[in-house]
Amino acid sequence: MSKRKPYTREMKSDWWLKDLFYSKYMLREGSSILITLYSLILAWGVFRLSQGEVAFNAWMEALQSPLSIILHIVALIFALYHSITWFSLAPKALDLWIKGKRVDDKIIVTGHYVAFAVISLFCLVSILI
Amino acid sequence: MNNKQIKNNEINNSSTKKYSRSHEPIFWGLFGAGGMLTAFFTPIMILITGLLIPLGIINADNLSYQKIYQFTGTWYGAAILFVLVALPLWHTLHRIFHSLHDLRIKRGRDWQQVLCYGFAFAVSVFVFTLLLQMLTL
Repeated sequence: MSKRKPYTREMKSDWWLKDLFYSKYMLREGSSILITLYSLILAWGVFRLSQGEVAFNAWMEALQSPLSIILHIVALIFALYHSITWFSLAPKALDLWIKGKRVDDKIIVTGHYVAFAVISLFCLVSILI
Repeated sequence: MNNKQIKNNEINNSSTKKYSRSHEPIFWGLFGAGGMLTAFFTPIMILITGLLIPLGIINADNLSYQKIYQFTGTWYGAAILFVLVALPLWHTLHRIFHSLHDLRIKRGRDWQQVLCYGFAFAVSVFVFTLLLQMLTL
């Protein structure tokens, strides 16, 4: 038996509240909860769709409730926060080299925002058609 | 056993040694793909289905039962809807699983993993089955 008694530093579960950097990290991870909820709402919508027109329209009506509107506003804010953090991390994940030179981080991030704008516009237009 | 036999045994042992592969790359891949999709598509989707249509800013006819049902009936419509609904879950549940560790919840780590990925899997199967039923070929 080893008589070694290693010192393990105490770590409380609220460690991430004490430093803004870590709080922002946990907010980013927390965005997952609302995005999960949104996916579940959509999954429920698919279920209601399979049940027929009356059921689907009831689902659409339920989305008009104040609670649903508030939930979607909060979810939208978190989803946008996820997008912003994802795009700012993109240069680290996407190590692009062109002609022996590393592509500038700013170009990659801007490229992501442009793609984001194009995709958003595309979705809006295709819904309206 | 002579020396030669021992040597042979050693070679056999080393070649039959089982390496257990980690399944992390699969989940990591789904996490990355889901994160990408979520970053690009989720905000506009929430804006359209959760705010603009319920608030009447966009006419609800644009997301009418007939329109959606027709779209879902095609194989590409079903595929698009499946990816948009299910893939984000593989991203979010991966993050939730790792956040449980960050929150110092130590009990039943393997069960946490089964529940998290199992949840994403269950909802995926649920949506997949429904979409398959609605396919009009």
